[in-house]
Amino acid sequence: MSRSSIKVRAKVKNGKAKVKMLISHPMETGLRKNKKTKKLIPAHFIQEVVCEHDGTKVLDAEWNATISKNPFLSFSFNGAKPGDSIKISWVDNTGKSDSTEVKMR
Amino acid sequence: MNEKRRILLKNSFAAGATGIVIGTGLLTPKAALAAWPKAAFEAKDSKSALQAEFGSSTLIPSNDIKLKAPDIAENGAVVPVTITSNIPDIDSISIVVQHNTWPIAATFKLGPTTDGYISTRIKMGKTSDVTAVVKAGGKLYSTTKNVKVTIGGCGG
Repeated sequence: MSRSSIKVRAKVKNGKAKVKMLISHPMETGLRKNKKTKKLIPAHFIQEVVCEHDGTKVLDAEWNATISKNPFLSFSFNGAKPGDSIKISWVDNTGKSDSTEVKMR
Repeated sequence: MNEKRRILLKNSFAAGATGIVIGTGLLTPKAALAAWPKAAFEAKDSKSALQAEFGSSTLIPSNDIKLKAPDIAENGAVVPVTITSNIPDIDSISIVVQHNTWPIAATFKLGPTTDGYISTRIKMGKTSDVTAVVKAGGKLYSTTKNVKVTIGGCGG
């Protein structure tokens, strides 16, 4: 994949970093049906999102299929400065994964 | 009415089938994700889900948790939820939707420097109580809010 499935914005203000991210993912619950074939669409959803600040884990999110399609997540943490890196990675129930690393502003 | 019942039946069957598939190990990635709390996330009622996730289902209502969610969600597929808490030393924040097929929506494990703040979007099948569960110092604190859903976002 040339383009990452994760869009991240991280801003630092007075040592506090606010991170917002959008991940493009279908987040199928496995309960929905394909209207044409009447077959159930298999479950396909992100199970874990890990956020690391300069190698230190700041958030470990375990998700159920309940999270909306193309998930949005925002959180904040302390002890950051502009230029620090933030790495976001996810793994879904089919074993697919993606990650991205950005510098905070 | 009949139609609704059939959908419900199909939904529960589907959930059962997924369980079997996972049980037989056909979905191998499960092994790589040992951390994912399968028992808790696939529990069908919120009490046993909490029991499986935290080993306790005793929740202490707290005013230190703010749960921001719409009173009426027009589209159950996208319900914005924001949880803010100033309880010190938070281990994790969970979102529990009582009437969803799988009540636990997510558990966010916070690092020591992370604030008690999470904002995300969830799906809701029907009108339900949404509970924010904050684990801090071995205790479970909670705040509940009822969200009315006009169009469900879980089944087809």
